Amino acid sequence: MVVFDKPHALNDMPMHYCPGCTHGIIHRLVAEVLDELGIEGRAIGIAPVGCSVMAYNYFNCDMIEAAHGRAPAIATGVKRSDPENHVVFTYQGDGDLASIGMAETVHAAARNENITVIFVNNAIYGMTGGQMAPTSLPGQVTQTSPYGRDVNHCGYPIRVCEMLSQLEGPEYLERVTVNSVKNIRNAKKAIKKAFQNQLDGKGFSLVEVVSSCPTNWGMTPQAALKWIDDNMLPYYPLGVYKDRSAAKEEAK
Amino acid sequence: MADKVLMKGNEAIAEAAILAGCRHYFGYPITPQTEIAAYMAKKMPKIGGCFLQAESEIAAINMVYGVSSTGKRVMTSSSSPGIALKSEGLSYLAGADLPAFIVNVQRGGPGLGGIQPSQSDYFQATRAGGHGDFRMIVLAPASVQEMADLTVKGFALADKYRMTAMVLADGTMGQMMEPVSLDFDIEPAPEKPWATTGTKLEREHNIVNSLFLAPEELEKFNFDRYERYKYIEENEAMYEEYLVDDADIVIAAFGIAARVSRSAVNEARKQGIKVGMIRPITLWPFPKAPFEKAAEHAKAFISVELSMGQMIEDVQLATKCKAPVTLCNRAGGMIPSPEQVLEAIKNAANGGAK
Repeated sequence: MVVFDKPHALNDMPMHYCPGCTHGIIHRLVAEVLDELGIEGRAIGIAPVGCSVMAYNYFNCDMIEAAHGRAPAIATGVKRSDPENHVVFTYQGDGDLASIGMAETVHAAARNENITVIFVNNAIYGMTGGQMAPTSLPGQVTQTSPYGRDVNHCGYPIRVCEMLSQLEGPEYLERVTVNSVKNIRNAKKAIKKAFQNQLDGKGFSLVEVVSSCPTNWGMTPQAALKWIDDNMLPYYPLGVYKDRSAAKEEAK
Repeated sequence: MADKVLMKGNEAIAEAAILAGCRHYFGYPITPQTEIAAYMAKKMPKIGGCFLQAESEIAAINMVYGVSSTGKRVMTSSSSPGIALKSEGLSYLAGADLPAFIVNVQRGGPGLGGIQPSQSDYFQATRAGGHGDFRMIVLAPASVQEMADLTVKGFALADKYRMTAMVLADGTMGQMMEPVSLDFDIEPAPEKPWATTGTKLEREHNIVNSLFLAPEELEKFNFDRYERYKYIEENEAMYEEYLVDDADIVIAAFGIAARVSRSAVNEARKQGIKVGMIRPITLWPFPKAPFEKAAEHAKAFISVELSMGQMIEDVQLATKCKAPVTLCNRAGGMIPSPEQVLEAIKNAANGGAK
């Protein structure tokens, strides 16, 4: 009897992620959802620039590598080329989605583009070696904020779900994390819903996954998971920020 | 002969694109090419196509990238400053070997410049479409008919060579009205087994990508691509010759500059000056052969341009500097007059082009 197996939508390529990085977990959750919904053969994923730049190697579905921040625009093209059959998701980090690609993010949400966005927020640029991100916390030490993020000098971190929730457009926005078994289960539920919404034609669904970066945070993987609880979640509270269909149901 | 319709150049491009099988258009408003978007916005919803106004030129070119990844014919259009914004996407399209059709209805620059006609994006189109080693096929129409013809041709070339084909027009070409025949034999798009349309669990996954971290691998892609470019240079150059065979003086001009120059050539011939014209229709690949041939008898070349002199460098290269090449130009949105070109011809005839 098989009690644990690799999802079909994930292949055997060894991943390049650092030890303790949560990308592996999030990849797996996306792949499990592709399996469970039976949509791997229709799925087209858009990889970002950043740590998950080579996600195109790991998923078994068709994949496209985007220019930095442009994944939602590319996803728009892919979706519009065959809206009935293409199941389209982007997988983006905080620098990609909330800094250089903010315009593409906001406008895809405003159009209620019928795509699924997996937004991995670990408050730092990992791939380039740990620079300050648009979501780095006040006071957070990074390579480019060596004395801690000074909000008087470079402003405040952006809460993406809260910001997008002010738009009429998007269908579903939820923030989850993956620092415990319970939270991983919740994250999977949210990711599954974000794909199911697309299959139901409901529109733009974004799941923000608060994640860790032990390497660039300079911590052990365990300490990094605790740092999420102690520092990230107070600034980035978990929860559903928008769920239009559920709100409509309630209103009935 | 097929029926002709009276159309603006920009509209001719839009209709020809639809006839060529393009069902996806993405763009951002900019003068002087807005009629293309307006035409697409009206037409696409009625023929099951998609017109979408993007939030920026950058988003538009990436939407093009997305549709092209799925193997369908797709286009965007813009004008000079907007094309500059698209250059990131143009480079990525080249790096991923994706076909795309782009229109640049040029206006004067640099910077915000103006909105009057210009040819000052010649370098941008033929040399520096974006970062990295790559080329685009660049087509230069000189009539509304050619706006349509070269659009149809552009889609076919883009698919054939898996690269970007650009129509490099200018404000006059975009805005002028002329009778056009839209009777085309459309080459169907080739099979695209590389397209990302979903594996249907029947094949290995396709990846559309321009990232190759191993330098040996990236180098190989560049060399392979330039083999393809070499083949295109040898096989796809297009040009028109006008009274070149016995010419002592040869004008090089494309687009609106060629139309102005033609009047000047006719007037000079009346005055007994042996002058002709080579009109490049492809700017890349640049038609070197007719210039090499003409350099065997011509005593002088004149490059007539709506810029500070950009194509002139290709004329110098193609003629291997066997004869002097002078510039006759206006810039910033101004157009040379036939009289100005005639003066340049007379000057060259009097030996002024040494």
